[in-house]
Amino acid sequence: MGSDQVQRHLSLNMQKTQTIAVAMSGGVDSSTVAAMLRADGHSVIGLTMQLWNQRRLAGREGMPESVQGRCCSLDDVYDARGVAQAIGIPYYVVNHEERFEREVVRPFVAEYLSGRTPIPCSLCNNHLKFDQLLIVARQIGADTLATGHYAQVEFDDQRGRWLLKRPTDTAKDQTYFLFGLTQEQLTRTIFPLGGMTKPDVRELARKLGLALAEKPDSQEICFVPGGDYKRFLDAYLAEQGESLPDTSGELVTTSGEVVGEHRGIHNFTVGQRKGLGVATGSPLYVIQINGEKGQVVVGNNEDLYTRTLRARRVNLISVADLTEPMRVGVKIRHRHEPAPAMLEKSGEDEVLVTFDEPQRAVTPGQASVFYDGDVVVGGGWII
Amino acid sequence: MRRVYFDNSATTPILPEVLAAMQPYFAEQFGNASSIHHHGQETRAAVERARASVAALLSCRAPEIVFTSGGTEADNLALFGTVNAGDHVVTSTIEHHAVLNSCKHLEDEGCELTYVPVDGSGRVDPDDVRRALRPNTRLISVMMANNETGVLQPVEEIGRIAAEADVYFHTDAVQAAGKLPIDVEKIGCDLLTISGHKIHAPQGVGALYVRKGTKLSPMLFGGRHERSRRAGTENVPGIVALGKAAELAKQGLCRGEDQKLAALRDRLESALLRIESTGVNGAEAPRIPNIVNVYFAGIEGEALVIALDLKGLAVSTGAACSSGAIEPSHVLMAMGASPERARANLRFSLGKQNTDEELDFAIALVPETAARLRELSPTWAKESVRN
Repeated sequence: MGSDQVQRHLSLNMQKTQTIAVAMSGGVDSSTVAAMLRADGHSVIGLTMQLWNQRRLAGREGMPESVQGRCCSLDDVYDARGVAQAIGIPYYVVNHEERFEREVVRPFVAEYLSGRTPIPCSLCNNHLKFDQLLIVARQIGADTLATGHYAQVEFDDQRGRWLLKRPTDTAKDQTYFLFGLTQEQLTRTIFPLGGMTKPDVRELARKLGLALAEKPDSQEICFVPGGDYKRFLDAYLAEQGESLPDTSGELVTTSGEVVGEHRGIHNFTVGQRKGLGVATGSPLYVIQINGEKGQVVVGNNEDLYTRTLRARRVNLISVADLTEPMRVGVKIRHRHEPAPAMLEKSGEDEVLVTFDEPQRAVTPGQASVFYDGDVVVGGGWII
Repeated sequence: MRRVYFDNSATTPILPEVLAAMQPYFAEQFGNASSIHHHGQETRAAVERARASVAALLSCRAPEIVFTSGGTEADNLALFGTVNAGDHVVTSTIEHHAVLNSCKHLEDEGCELTYVPVDGSGRVDPDDVRRALRPNTRLISVMMANNETGVLQPVEEIGRIAAEADVYFHTDAVQAAGKLPIDVEKIGCDLLTISGHKIHAPQGVGALYVRKGTKLSPMLFGGRHERSRRAGTENVPGIVALGKAAELAKQGLCRGEDQKLAALRDRLESALLRIESTGVNGAEAPRIPNIVNVYFAGIEGEALVIALDLKGLAVSTGAACSSGAIEPSHVLMAMGASPERARANLRFSLGKQNTDEELDFAIALVPETAARLRELSPTWAKESVRN
């Protein structure tokens, strides 16, 4: 999104103020956004959300003592503040810990305990980054929020709607996590990096004199250091004074034959091969997790393929409603190329996706996001 | 941008006279106050003059003053210097973190702690202190004025209770010093903390009053400075500044500057209360003359602080955490506020240097800023619908 695109977005919205708040994580992407907007002469305010106290669970139940988690780690705040000072913009850290725990962490735990695989990043976007943070930004006088996401926003005059589109650098495409954004939110959001590749961004960071131009990207969930979500579940529940519910039970085949036992459904995710504790001739995979029965269904690779999925709590962006079936490309996880499918309404708040080709390891709890070429049609949560 | 500073309870600007008093002690009179030669004699004299000024502010004797690196160190020294494993300590839930976290550490080290609660107006009940005493109580620590609300605690009564029970009494007077007369005899305390940067001296210097005869173990070991109570070469410029600031504070009290400050604060308070759905935290209690802590329904205090800062007015709310974000106030929660309410407050704290004109600026700015925040706040919308 070049400088003129930013201008167009601002003028289209007829924002009351031209001040832009930048959500700064201390990473290269958001730092570059802040620096480039400032260099272009915009009035910019830097904001970092304090979402999770990394020290809270340190040392419990095998969690690492020294805190290495990302996102609002003190090191990241330090980096973000350093960038803000270097480029000369006001910078504030805002405390949204309580809401984050309520809207992201607790559902994360609940999903795993129900046998689903959650995506906290989408919830964080929906409830915090583009909701609470956007409110704070407006309250302090910035009617537009900019983030370092690789995505694009533009207004479609014909449809009279804001569109969310895939970025130029599809390898960095983050639209999968942004499917929940509403028109109201998109009106006030810009993604200045959407038209750039990651190498471009680092180059720009260097040109703008940012010391952290070479800082490595963070890939993990911000509140689960090292990606070990099982340890996190143990530590969090212990801290809450709750015990891990007993969801142990049987490992069964697709035909219902019992082939083993397991110690808890949260230890599994669809498509998983390791940790089944069952040795047979051919490799076994987790096909399905039955929360109520505490059963984990295992099978071979072919069993992982399905033709359809259903999704609920659907959010539509490029269209107002699905009045008739639509041809789309569908992503069933972040790292996935959109697969051709038919999308149709199948209930009050439910859609049915029928793929041209069977897809591997459709996972309840993940999102399915629908694309019309580069345009995000919308998305919903896989049931 | 024009900047107005109403956060004097966080820190204060150094007064011109204080800065002038410090000046010679950087490059001209720089000697180590313990040196035998002329240079040391000069600075030794300056340190002792400052000690006398601080003693005069507290109505105690000069040898009873121990200079430290600030209020936090003085609080730590008072607690760790008097209490041993197995002892019991009585304190309150609204103390500054320098006292509270020291107490938590004492618990880890084998001491018993009682945290006496406060009522809705933020006051400790002396009877609660008395009832909390045990045979092994060594120390009571209750602050003189709370840093968030300004509420004054009944320290003289607590002093009497401590004397009767033959228990040490420490009071953190960091916020109270210079705002009202302090007489350690009248209060009956054995230990009292003050901090330089709250009374227009620089950051990095403070003092602990230690009543003669108090058994105090040092925390810092090294030279025999401060009568072997606090090792470390004296921070001469800082100590000179603290002495001058104490002198000016005492003069100011005699001239009624505290009343002037109270008048400014009261004017600000009335203006703020004219905004709808606001209230003063600690309204029913006596307070020091420079603080007003205001509750704004439907607003996150943090967002209001930021919005006001962007317009040039500096105030604060709650306690900052290490990332710079704000945590809900433990003081307000101790007064019975819910976590939401404990986040919806602003502390305005005035200083000697604030003017009527600056007050006008704030009085014009705050209502419109609060209104804008409320316009955009989902919690305010809910409240309005309910009413």
